[in-house]
Amino acid sequence: MLANRKLILAHFWLAFGVFGIALTLGAWQMFIRSPIGTWLSNPELYYRSLTAHGTVMGYVFPTLVAMGFGYAISESALEQRLVGVRWAWTGFWLIVAGSITAVIPIALGRASVLYTFYPPLIGNVFYYLGVVLVVVGSWIWVALMAINLRVWRKAHPGAPVPLAMFANVAGSYLWAWTAVGAALELLLQIIPVAAGLKATIDAGLARVFFSWTLHAIVYFWLMPTYIAYYTIVPRAIGGRVYSDSMARISFILFLVVAMPIGMHHTFADPMVGAGFKFIHSAFTALVALPTLLTVFTICASVEIAARLRGGRGMFGWMKALPWDNPMMLALAFSFVMLGFGGAGGLINMSYQLDASIHNTQWITGHFHLIFGGAIVIMYFAIAYDLWPHLTGRELIDIRLIRTQLWLWFIGMIITTFPWHWVGILGMPRRMAYFDFGDPAIAPQALSVAFSAIGGFILLASGIMFIVVLARGMRAPQTDAGPYRFAVAVHQATTVPVALNTHALWVALMIALTLTNYGYPILNLALGGGTSVPAVYVGAQ
Amino acid sequence: MSTRDLFTFRNSHFRIGVGITAAILIVTAITGFIVLPFAQPWVQFANVWDAICSAAGVPQRAANVTAPEQTKRLSEVVLTSYTLSRPSQEAIGRGATLAQRCAICHGPTGISRADSPNLAGQYAAVIYKELHDFRSGARTNAVMSPFAVNLTDQEIADLSNYYAYLPRLPAYHPTPQLPKPNIVIYGAPIRGIAPCGACHGSLDNKTGSPWLEGQSEAYMKAQLQAFASGERRNDISQQMRNIARAMTPQEIEQAAAYYASQPPDVVKAVD
Repeated sequence: MLANRKLILAHFWLAFGVFGIALTLGAWQMFIRSPIGTWLSNPELYYRSLTAHGTVMGYVFPTLVAMGFGYAISESALEQRLVGVRWAWTGFWLIVAGSITAVIPIALGRASVLYTFYPPLIGNVFYYLGVVLVVVGSWIWVALMAINLRVWRKAHPGAPVPLAMFANVAGSYLWAWTAVGAALELLLQIIPVAAGLKATIDAGLARVFFSWTLHAIVYFWLMPTYIAYYTIVPRAIGGRVYSDSMARISFILFLVVAMPIGMHHTFADPMVGAGFKFIHSAFTALVALPTLLTVFTICASVEIAARLRGGRGMFGWMKALPWDNPMMLALAFSFVMLGFGGAGGLINMSYQLDASIHNTQWITGHFHLIFGGAIVIMYFAIAYDLWPHLTGRELIDIRLIRTQLWLWFIGMIITTFPWHWVGILGMPRRMAYFDFGDPAIAPQALSVAFSAIGGFILLASGIMFIVVLARGMRAPQTDAGPYRFAVAVHQATTVPVALNTHALWVALMIALTLTNYGYPILNLALGGGTSVPAVYVGAQ
Repeated sequence: MSTRDLFTFRNSHFRIGVGITAAILIVTAITGFIVLPFAQPWVQFANVWDAICSAAGVPQRAANVTAPEQTKRLSEVVLTSYTLSRPSQEAIGRGATLAQRCAICHGPTGISRADSPNLAGQYAAVIYKELHDFRSGARTNAVMSPFAVNLTDQEIADLSNYYAYLPRLPAYHPTPQLPKPNIVIYGAPIRGIAPCGACHGSLDNKTGSPWLEGQSEAYMKAQLQAFASGERRNDISQQMRNIARAMTPQEIEQAAAYYASQPPDVVKAVD
């Protein structure tokens, strides 16, 4: 039951619209600093574009996808009309207002601070206020998800919460708590300085606050993808979820261990003690666990589908899979990219190995492979799967959809593999310009050129994606039937209260945040004497 | 089982969830705060508490280590973007009177004929910092130091406000504008040199960095060489010394010639 289709479509269209713009900027950035392009002689324009790309791709695009998908899950999995539709629209318009507020100073070159803010760099105050509005808009969604689940529980006392909604609410709680770090940084530190109330800022403390957000935000981006793995893919390829409990445990583990690990982003920073860095490193290793559980469960679910289709043998069943089904393709591509990206992530989280790739292009390659690759390709799949139910029209360009997914996969590999490679060779990140005539980096020119070509393949794929969706709005009408989620092999009839509610796991998430972040934050906040003068962008 | 029964040790999920989490936390804490600090043979700790504090990042003052004796004075000026940002008319007027003694080198309109810096329209914070440094001895010059040594804080602020207030005029012998050389616009990333233009104008300006358009070529070249040799050392955190040391003599010449050839009216408007 999808009653509020307009609401969901508005979220998706805005998400994919801004995604298209940011993707174009990204391809241009790859090109302009590669040896193929002629350098434009103004790094400020590059950083302006980079800030816009990061802000849209990091804050606006995935948040809108999670929200739109979340509303769709709430209505279809709970089979109940969305409670608080007006609030949902308020959240949407807050995001629109926030995005516009943030984008204007960026376009004027007044906020070229990159989406990770990097104090003591300080941009125009409206940029930060815009980001705050986006976050506030998304918090409305968090509240609505909790309220809708509560309403459903009252009507269905003791019944197991459908897996999709259980995971969706877990993701919303994770976001609510992880966004607090950046919110504290913005409200207590950056905005007072940007508004001219203070002229100094504790950059170290600001970085610690941001690390609170910066890693778990990735798992918030990941949530729709994992929900699609568990609850859409098996249904779409004619299989069943191997284990409902395993799925719940994976999402619970994300909730608990995604949060207290962000300091692996500050391994090279002097203001955090080595002991805390070690604890964060160890907890980061744990976050591989839910991903490994997921890979196992989904492979098993896919095998069920293959065997139901007559697949035989130890590995022979793979041939029986519906490889022409876009969902099957997207899943396979997503897993390959998740595998490579995850392996790279294990290097990033290791205190010693990190030293060799810290602040190099490897890191940029890594998060594009994981987020742009493994995660975003499933966003495409989610949109393709939901579209007929939202528009009441069939997506007829199956061949185009397959080409689009192939191109995204190939483009992402061509973009990110050389990117990792030049990072290992020591090429630094966040640089607007490289002199490839210099003998020291001349050998890397070829890799960077390949990377830029990959960027254009991605752009082509992105355009195809939007074309498919736009054409889907005009296709002949059809009744897609009710939107359904995958069923487990053993569909849960009773679920232990701990696996049916979030309270215990949210409590553990907050407790671990206090143990792992409490002292470093208090130490910096109360210690004093660690502030430095702010550096205002575009001001003398 | 209701939610009320969730947070109790009778609930096995609670026991296992909390137990495993706490166990991992304790094991990693012991490893990170006790085992690993002592595993570093090159660091000595007095006791376990000392090791824990070190690993937690507690700021410590080393008791036995004395700071190396500074043979040369360092700059003590602290600048923010708000330093002298709102001058009063009186301050500018007082500065104008004081500036008469500067005119012999820096020109009656703040434009020098003597390869001294042009001060007309320079950022107040820049003049403020240099005068303080000349006064404290962080920067020395046979001609300039005696002038600065007797200035009061008030006089330094007034002079800075006055010169910042003057209009930016073209130099006495303008040369044809040169195209931007690589060092100004790209820097040299491989040698860790940010573009000159990122702080000194042409691309962007940063607090405490002077704009350089129309300044004397000989002066700028001499200052870059002084930074490179370490003769001049009043730059914040060695920023300019690190850059100048890595620059080639040719790049120093290109940067100086480029900025000298630019008309000062291309400097971005202040405020």
